Amino acid sequence: MQDARDLQEIQEKIYPPMVEGVYDYGTVTDKISDITLKKRTPYGWFIGFGISFIVAQLLLLTVTLLFVQGVGIWGNNQPVGWAFPIINFVWWIGIGHAGTLISAILLLLNQKWRTSINRFAEAMTLFAVACAGLFPILHTGRPWLAYWMLPYPNTMAMWQNFRSPLMWDVFAVTTYATISLLFWYVGLIPDIATLRDRAKNKYFKVAYGLLSWGWRGSARHWHRYEIAYLLLAGLSTPLVLSVHSIVSFDFSVSQLPGWHATIFPPYFVAGAIFAGFAMVLILCIPLRVWYNMKDLITDTHLIYMGKVMLATGLIVVYGYAMEAFFAWYSAAPYERYMMYNRMFSGPYWWSYWLLILCNGISIQFLWFKRFRESPFWLFVISVVVSVGMWLERFVIIVTSLHRDFLPGSWGMFAPTIFDWSMYIGTIGFFFALIFLFVRMLPVISIFEVRTLLPDAKVEHHGHDHEHSGQGSVGN
Amino acid sequence: MENKIYGLLAEFDTTTEIVVAAEKVRDAGFTETDAFSPFPIHEMDEALGIKRSILPYVVFAGGIAGLILGLGLQYYTHVIDYPIIVGGRPHFSLPAFVPPAYEMTILLAGFAAVFGMLFMNGLPKPYHPVFNVPRFNLATREKFFLLIKADDPKYDYEETKAFLESLDPQEVFDVDE
Repeated sequence: MQDARDLQEIQEKIYPPMVEGVYDYGTVTDKISDITLKKRTPYGWFIGFGISFIVAQLLLLTVTLLFVQGVGIWGNNQPVGWAFPIINFVWWIGIGHAGTLISAILLLLNQKWRTSINRFAEAMTLFAVACAGLFPILHTGRPWLAYWMLPYPNTMAMWQNFRSPLMWDVFAVTTYATISLLFWYVGLIPDIATLRDRAKNKYFKVAYGLLSWGWRGSARHWHRYEIAYLLLAGLSTPLVLSVHSIVSFDFSVSQLPGWHATIFPPYFVAGAIFAGFAMVLILCIPLRVWYNMKDLITDTHLIYMGKVMLATGLIVVYGYAMEAFFAWYSAAPYERYMMYNRMFSGPYWWSYWLLILCNGISIQFLWFKRFRESPFWLFVISVVVSVGMWLERFVIIVTSLHRDFLPGSWGMFAPTIFDWSMYIGTIGFFFALIFLFVRMLPVISIFEVRTLLPDAKVEHHGHDHEHSGQGSVGN
Repeated sequence: MENKIYGLLAEFDTTTEIVVAAEKVRDAGFTETDAFSPFPIHEMDEALGIKRSILPYVVFAGGIAGLILGLGLQYYTHVIDYPIIVGGRPHFSLPAFVPPAYEMTILLAGFAAVFGMLFMNGLPKPYHPVFNVPRFNLATREKFFLLIKADDPKYDYEETKAFLESLDPQEVFDVDE
């Protein structure tokens, strides 16, 4: 008896409850779906959405001007031709990675704490990929011809060059966006059915009815549903690792000092997850306060995310160290010069050390309980990390390009106001989409949270079959 | 009874109750049965005698199709239709062709998983007779329902209803066609 109680205590310590507070299936359903179904939209929502929407107009204005005048409105010029559009592309797509990591990899690892954060992390992925996708398309200069990147039989009788990493990118990013959308939507179907059955408004009933495809929770359907969901997780896991690896190939397959490094794929993937968890924290810390959901997105969730951020951040710092070491150990004069220039002698030395401060130093606070357990400090560190990850791409792209092989082709890069307005515009666009999502669809996976409730377990009843009962998706 | 009956639906409060009831229904020899729950219950597959779906094989086939399509596309474009030397590489540059082929594999396997699942589940199906039971709204919220269809060979309205009543449900409903 004593042993059993000890065991339970130990288990609770290792696996703290992921739903705090007393809930049954009905009340937890009400709690989450009320955010969507409540008639009155909170004033705060209008303020948040309004600000994001206004900021998003910067994107619209810049893109309009871009279409009229061309890419000359940006600061991109020889030798720094990649600049802001590619920095922002990599930044956004990196942020997206945490969503897939939470929904797929943590599912395969049977981590129950993913359950109350996976839905909006997946939404975050989708919106981040949408922002990311804009940049390379607009960077082509003639975005109305972007479909030339797709292999289709054409009157020019030409085909794409599949030996180019830029073509790999097209396939990786479109596949990633498509699979993320499917994963998110499949997860939503049972919850949309819940909204359909709870909605009072006739039009919402019809809209949610159509979106739920007539889901009725049949045991046979659940059986195939769980297989499909698990397989999608299994497919998304190598996908998410491949996408940022392929993004890093854009750099590392080229022959440029500062880009041509074998460490890039793992270092980029770790950086992506690092940045993504920072963004998940930025979103969920205010969300759980505004919508009073601290019992579903608990402090434990935040602490776990903080730990993931620390771990991936340390991998990224290791990447910085290895970059410097490889440059020295290669004994190649161009490599050594690039690194020396980047860190000390070049005009952009400050960006490198700012990056180390943001990504290397700031996360060291996460070793301490005081910071890890304080939502305020987690939020601050997450914002700093987001800035740091942007600086990382700035350092990789700008410092590697601005000193070409011949001093005659050296140059400097300075962003114009339109570089900034486009970047800030996408941030507004991203948050506007997040606000719409929070109002229109359940932000937390309702059916998966139901499985976390103690009642959901089937009690032993004489038959001698195995009970898995672990996690929301098994078999 | 003017309406044709689709089946009988019994409502339960907890997972344990419905799994126990489903096992009894299975042991009584009913085959045209189904259960409805607000979240997946793993024990239900065995309790209702649901066979493992062939979906994983469909997904595998989708993945293979994607791989062949991805490699085939690159082989056709670079070797057959538009052979041109780039960077001194052979026409069939397999290492460079891996990423697009890999992404195509995942894409088509993902399509197979999602659309295969929806197709095998017979979705979309906006109308289904069980929706005629007003209490069925709660199947996506907190209640559990067990269905025996009228086309089950062992089905008999009076007897089956009495049998379901004996399983200690909250209530038994007639499901109109």
